[in-house]
Amino acid sequence: MTAAVGQLWPAAVREPWDGGSRLFAAGDRAGYAGHLAAYGPLPGHEPLGTLLAQLQASGLTGRGGAAFPAGPKLAAVAQAGGTARYATRPSGPVLIANGAEGEPLSFKDATLLHNAPHLVIDGLLATAQSVAASAIYIYTAAGNLDAVAAALTERPDAAGVILVESPDAFVAGQASAAVNFLETGRALPVDLRRRLADSGFKGLPTLVQNVETWAQVALIARYGADWFRAAGVAGDPGTRLVSLSGDVPAQQVLEVPGGALLTDVLATAGIRHDAVAAVLVGGFHGRWVRPEGVVLSVNDGTAGLGAGLAVRPGAGVLHVLAPGRCGLAATADMVDYLAGQSARQCGPCMFGLPALADVMRRLASGGSGGAAGRGAGARGLVDEVGRLSRLVSGRGACHHPDGTVRLIASALETFADDIPWHLAGQCNSGHAGHAAVGHPVGNAAVGRPGVRDLPGRARGEGGRR
Amino acid sequence: MSKDSGRDRATRLHIDWTRCDGRGLCAELLPEALSRDDWGFPLAAPGRLAVDADKSNVPLKHSELGAAADAVKLCPVLALRLTRP
Amino acid sequence: MWAFGRASGFASMLLLSASVLLGILTRSGRPLVRLPRVSVSLLHRNVSLMAVVFLIFHVGALLLDSYAHLGLTDVFVPFLGSYRPFWQGLGTVALDLLAAVVVTGLLRHRIGQRTFKLVHWLSYAMWPVAIAHSVGNGTDGTSAPVVAAVVVVSVAVVAAVAWRLSAGFLETARLRQLHGQWRRP
Repeated sequence: MTAAVGQLWPAAVREPWDGGSRLFAAGDRAGYAGHLAAYGPLPGHEPLGTLLAQLQASGLTGRGGAAFPAGPKLAAVAQAGGTARYATRPSGPVLIANGAEGEPLSFKDATLLHNAPHLVIDGLLATAQSVAASAIYIYTAAGNLDAVAAALTERPDAAGVILVESPDAFVAGQASAAVNFLETGRALPVDLRRRLADSGFKGLPTLVQNVETWAQVALIARYGADWFRAAGVAGDPGTRLVSLSGDVPAQQVLEVPGGALLTDVLATAGIRHDAVAAVLVGGFHGRWVRPEGVVLSVNDGTAGLGAGLAVRPGAGVLHVLAPGRCGLAATADMVDYLAGQSARQCGPCMFGLPALADVMRRLASGGSGGAAGRGAGARGLVDEVGRLSRLVSGRGACHHPDGTVRLIASALETFADDIPWHLAGQCNSGHAGHAAVGHPVGNAAVGRPGVRDLPGRARGEGGRR
Repeated sequence: MSKDSGRDRATRLHIDWTRCDGRGLCAELLPEALSRDDWGFPLAAPGRLAVDADKSNVPLKHSELGAAADAVKLCPVLALRLTRP
Repeated sequence: MWAFGRASGFASMLLLSASVLLGILTRSGRPLVRLPRVSVSLLHRNVSLMAVVFLIFHVGALLLDSYAHLGLTDVFVPFLGSYRPFWQGLGTVALDLLAAVVVTGLLRHRIGQRTFKLVHWLSYAMWPVAIAHSVGNGTDGTSAPVVAAVVVVSVAVVAAVAWRLSAGFLETARLRQLHGQWRRP
């Protein structure tokens, strides 16, 4: 699924990239020659200090979702050096490019690997040189293997890079799961005693970063921190890729500056903000927001954004919900999926997510929480969501349950107005007869335009509460 | 404030969720620190943790350290360990 | 010595049977009436160690007894004995298995959960072999008290194993049934 290459939001970046893309400057599916023509050669061997200083100064944060600062992460790995478990083997750090992209709504990593794999490889090689890495892995989904393999064969300097196919599972992209897969063949998150930067793959210091992060590193290695910071804002410099999907004219990948206004990004894609009821920012572990005034920034408290609400972009997913679509139903579908994607290692997640999915389903389809009286049942579902959320978050080896809880909380907040309708067995999200996402429409609208009955509505209940 | 700083310095009981099967021996040995959730898994007692605190590392009182060491030894699936800050 | 050897063997067999029952109870995660889970676990361990003590008495006494024709190799290497080599050999096999189970049990924290568990499952092999040895090897193997005891413990262990394999075995089984079997709507 390779989306069209998007345009950078014009005003944000100065030359030589003015109006053009940074990550896709070599064009669609660029080969090594095209890559070198666009970017020039990678700087020769430089001591660790140079690259590290540039990364620290650049303010680059991870593009895989967690947004951990890249400079400090590299510093930690470089410092850890030292005591390998197996003294007879090379003991340098292990670098892993994570292109697993288990998030179903995300396709920017696939797009990057198909069109600009050489940037990813450059980032890995530049870092490998400076820390004397002992191994380099590219861990990515089946659909991207051919493109990456072709890029690797084009360059003799990448001879040691090991390409590994990641399993098609949501949690396969989690950092410790990736390392676990490379070690044991099981892409399951691990309860780490020490952080990966100190002791990861076979006890060696391990640096796992999203493929886009490595591509950004390649650019910083060439052009420096100041150049990088010329795009974006102080608290969120540089550019990032976003996967735009949902109720949009065409799915596409866009490259946007840090601190971009969500409505501007949507406008670039030809989406008017009255065609948007809500946007899911960050993916299935992200947040639903109403687009007005929202700024996509990793730095929640960035001054100078005006009155905008800063929302962390996560893995760069922007999923649009049109008016007439039921956000609660869409969320219930997502929670179903997330429950099914539990690694099933940790009890609270394995049992709690299906319980949450069950409650969300009842909320979305108009149930009122059981045989209890109207008043008790009405609050019951929402309270139960809260109770289960508190049981589930923070009690697992990874943040899968936490992300799911965050999604649910944002849905209940953003679609708060819909909840009383749903508890009364109706949905008011839009035009009469327009089906909610994935759910059959119940009876025809009951005399109120845009309102329809939900399948779970009990008989004999009147209209709105 | 002093309670918080005391909590910060306390030895903690770390739960490895990938191993825990909710057998409940730890909750028997540390009834003030742990209860069990809907499915039998250990849950830090209310008041033991700050609101957004890490639920996988339960702070222990000094008087509980012996019992906690026993819990670590007796856990049938080796899901517990003690961590010092 | 001979009598002591037989008696301690009999005691060991009873204690091993009790240990298997307690082990199955431990695995269920259930308390035993007023006995908390922790105590069930410790009782299982202590009864096993007592069984080992009586096993040592049993083997020791028979080594020292000239009538028994038990050599030191026979204690560890099965089926080479001069007296009823097959049934005697079963005893040796049971001892070897028990040694593995007990040692890994005591060193559980050092060897890790997976290895411990795999070896511990050998208990289900060790017990019937020990029972067969009791019946086939001892001169009292077919005497009334021994037969009675063997029947009682066998019924108990078979019932416990059937319980072990049943759906409601774990204390938490019912709590987890609804959500563990998550099906997409």
